[in-house]
Amino acid sequence: MNRSLFLVLATWLVLSSCGGDPLALEPGEQLGGGETTTNRTILGKFAFAQPVPNLDLTRVDPFFTGNALFNQIWVTAPASVTSRDGLGPTFNSPSCSGCHFEDGRGRPPIDGERTMTSMLVRLSIPGLDAHGGTVDEPVYGGQFQPLSIDGVPSEGDVALTYVETPGTYSDGTAYSLRRPTIVFSNLAFGPMMPTTLASARVAPAMIGLGLLELIPESDLLGFADPDDANGDGISGRINHVWDDSTGALAVGRFGWKAGQPSLRAQSAGAFLGDMGLTTTEHPTDNCPPAQMACTTAINGGSPEVDPSLLDRVTLYSRTLAVPIRNNAGNARVLEGREVFRDLGCPSCHVERMVTPASASLPELGGQTIRPFTDMLLHDMGEGLADGRPEFEATGSEWRTPPLWGVGRVDTVNGHTFLLHDGRARGFAEAILWHEGEGLASRDAFRTLSAHDRDSLVQFLESL
Amino acid sequence: MISRFTLSLVAGSACLGLSAIHGCGGSSNGVPSNTGDFLANYAEIVHAGYADSHARLVTLGAATSALVATPTPATLSAARGAWISARDPYLETEAFRFSQGPIDALDDFINAWPLNEAHLDYVVGMTNAGVVNDAGFVINGANLEAENLPASGGESDVAVGYHAIEFLLWGQDLSAVGAGDRPSTDYVSTGSGTASNQARRGLVLTTANDLLTAHLATLEATWAVGGAYRTEFLDHLESREALRRIVFGLVEFSGGELGGERLVAIDTHDQEDEHSCFSDNTQRDFVMDATGIENVYLGHYTRTDATTITGVGLYDVLAKVDAALADALRDRIAMSVALAMAIQAPYDQEIAPGNTAGNARVSALRASLQQQRLLLIDAASALHLPDPPAE
Repeated sequence: MNRSLFLVLATWLVLSSCGGDPLALEPGEQLGGGETTTNRTILGKFAFAQPVPNLDLTRVDPFFTGNALFNQIWVTAPASVTSRDGLGPTFNSPSCSGCHFEDGRGRPPIDGERTMTSMLVRLSIPGLDAHGGTVDEPVYGGQFQPLSIDGVPSEGDVALTYVETPGTYSDGTAYSLRRPTIVFSNLAFGPMMPTTLASARVAPAMIGLGLLELIPESDLLGFADPDDANGDGISGRINHVWDDSTGALAVGRFGWKAGQPSLRAQSAGAFLGDMGLTTTEHPTDNCPPAQMACTTAINGGSPEVDPSLLDRVTLYSRTLAVPIRNNAGNARVLEGREVFRDLGCPSCHVERMVTPASASLPELGGQTIRPFTDMLLHDMGEGLADGRPEFEATGSEWRTPPLWGVGRVDTVNGHTFLLHDGRARGFAEAILWHEGEGLASRDAFRTLSAHDRDSLVQFLESL
Repeated sequence: MISRFTLSLVAGSACLGLSAIHGCGGSSNGVPSNTGDFLANYAEIVHAGYADSHARLVTLGAATSALVATPTPATLSAARGAWISARDPYLETEAFRFSQGPIDALDDFINAWPLNEAHLDYVVGMTNAGVVNDAGFVINGANLEAENLPASGGESDVAVGYHAIEFLLWGQDLSAVGAGDRPSTDYVSTGSGTASNQARRGLVLTTANDLLTAHLATLEATWAVGGAYRTEFLDHLESREALRRIVFGLVEFSGGELGGERLVAIDTHDQEDEHSCFSDNTQRDFVMDATGIENVYLGHYTRTDATTITGVGLYDVLAKVDAALADALRDRIAMSVALAMAIQAPYDQEIAPGNTAGNARVSALRASLQQQRLLLIDAASALHLPDPPAE
């Protein structure tokens, strides 16, 4: 904290003494995905929905097929469109885009909404399965599904209630943080086990994921400091998770706790868990034994999602471009960037890395990217903890989420809810929730002047 | 007319002097001087398109009522014919779908696809499926539309609209070569009918048609002279923003929708992965959708009564700032229309594995629409259309 404060002060002095604009945009800084950044002048609502501009022509058709499968709904089997049936029996959304609307970010229910529509709740009971993963809640499974096809009961409703806790910045400015509680109602199969662990999570944005998938484990190990050898209060460690496709442990990269090793595994998991669609990876619908109608419902084939279609969706998720930054060279934005650095944010939100060459997707290889993540687990303290471990991630550890594109969520998705469960209403609250390894940075943020806080927010809005 | 023409000339000559600084075609808010005329003509075309669509649905309503009253192969055939002719003018309006207009609030109830067939009526292996066969479901418009699933913004699960009516007229397409073949006896409620709940099926059909007709009437009214949205669009929306919405919508419709999602089957080869799968009318969808884009671009629309609307098109606006690009885009859009026409009906045979020539025709359309998307993006750049403001 002292160090951060010193740096803030030092920066301020440099800025003042120069009296001008000593800060400059670094080469390529506005291109978060390097040459894969989409820099079309019209982005707006579709800012996250563009293919990487250097996409090989042979992959354009499969990309748009993936796009269609991602955006359009799946329907109850049996339907005439056999490649698009098999929804449910229970599910969270009839389409990927229902949660990742316009390839963007989900949010918690807002006023008047009965249940979650672009976020979900994971369920487990204490213990480990054969691969070191979570143990499903016996009646409701590993994830709560509030929707179902005709003739099959849904599992019930789930919403969030909040308790507000006021706080103040050092300059006396007030703020308030809201802490959510998950509330289940209309449970169709009786109460859950008393020991049930529940974790609410919004759908993350879909951009730049293929680039992150390429970052080698050795780079992640370079970011990691599991024993905090450098004494900065920040450790960071890799989650090792079970990879269904290889039958072995692998580096976890995706999901709020880095619980998935690859985009293909993530996609197959989402097809089953979120939409009730089976794949070669997950051949059985998610129907716990107590849910009889779910078990006997007609399915859409075995599997419901052909491997070639899963390939398309996986390609799509790998090649959605990172949009060019907004106003990256603006003086206040550059000031905010320095605040971001002075607070130590890049210790976890790593600014810059380079992707290795890729044989399967050469477009994504050799790119200097600016994702603002280390993909590592960090203890974020009790305030953010969900208390639900996932492989090696503890109940208070979360993966550093990438920040690229985060400034465009408002335009794409019409909201600014941040963090894993969308509790933060904007950037300042998201920062204020940082505890644990983020505590020193959080405390330094609280002592900033209103001007510097605003610069930091402007920087984040530019991403 | 004369005064407007004179004003354009004045603006045009003033532009010559400024072109070195601002680029030609500039007006006070940075859009070419004919933008206002384009927007006015666009509103004319939008209104006429919805009016034509509405009128054809009224005709379809009479035909479906006749089918329900007297179910025979002849009345079923007439109703199917009325559905196909009702599609033509509506498909041309799809070029307006992605431009943040009043269609946004109604789109799910008009053109939802794919259809959740089993939510509506029997399907193979589930003879009692759907609201038709659910005696506890009270059939009325509100209940049919209340069935859509909650969604935060993604497409939702809706069982009304053109494709619901199509399904009720044709039935599931389980044929390898033809369309769906629902018999007219599915509507015979006097004891000799096929399937169950024939009277309920008839009521769902006419109710769905009434709903759709009402939605198109709403769109026609709001785009009419003095209508709420037309007034907002022409009198209150900044012309640059209005222009941006139109171009932006064409980008999305050309590349993401028509050239993207709609033509997926050329990659997946799923025979029924086509919008009008029950009727096998999908090839017509492509032609009329592509034509709808050309209508906006050229400022021209041929109404269902063969009269025409002609005025300033997007071409003319773009030509003020980049004549070569305007020509290239005109040729590309014309090429897309031609390639759509070249696809042979039924589309589901064109995409069959092994139909090399058919596959190539569909691929050519998809590639052309992707080129069209890129040229439209270039047009947006040339017109200095900004990112839209945060919502």
